[in-house]
Amino acid sequence: MTITVHYFASLKETLGRSDDELSITDAITVRQVWQLANPEMPLPPNLLAAVNMEYVELDFLVADDDKVAFFPPVTGG
Amino acid sequence: MAVKIVEAAFDPWQVLPAHQQSVSALAGKFGATSVFVGTLRDFNEGDEVHGMHLEHYPGMTENQLEKIIANAQQQWRLLEVLVVHRVGAILPNEPIVLVAVWSSHRGDAFDASRFIMEALKSQAPFWKKEYLLAGGERWVLNNTDGYQAAG
Repeated sequence: MTITVHYFASLKETLGRSDDELSITDAITVRQVWQLANPEMPLPPNLLAAVNMEYVELDFLVADDDKVAFFPPVTGG
Repeated sequence: MAVKIVEAAFDPWQVLPAHQQSVSALAGKFGATSVFVGTLRDFNEGDEVHGMHLEHYPGMTENQLEKIIANAQQQWRLLEVLVVHRVGAILPNEPIVLVAVWSSHRGDAFDASRFIMEALKSQAPFWKKEYLLAGGERWVLNNTDGYQAAG
């Protein structure tokens, strides 16, 4: 199955890219999505995650065609 | 309910009456309007700021704001809610956010507008990058609690 990953703000700058596309065979968690996409970088502290534009915990299981997003704490308003 | 994400500068004092007049259900029914406007300062954390870039997650931003408003509508008796938020390049003195709540009575309007604003600060996917007068840029790491620090 295919999963799209989006990165925002300082995280996007640190990684040097805004998107990834992953092909996986087994169901994996959001935490494993990060590890697969960024094997060289430990999970940043305070990392927030969303799947299909809804906040999720890092142990949330992703499904085919899901859009996963990782970003730092939000600072709007 | 209306949520607007805008790239161009906006004048809340023009947006407000225009929106109020466009919602026919308000006519004769609202007794209280609570308005919050957040504006870009020219200072932050001891440094002079000459501009800001506001990034957001299109789609999720609108979803989150609509959920926050729906949550407020469950807790208070509200007639209408309007949230306008800037993205992109912003200059000091320009409004960043407008939260307006119309209700029959002031308690609902006051409490809901504070609730919506605080929820927006902690849940809506916006990120601020400041440009400093002394040179350089930095991402704002966290929102404050909303009160000026003592001292």
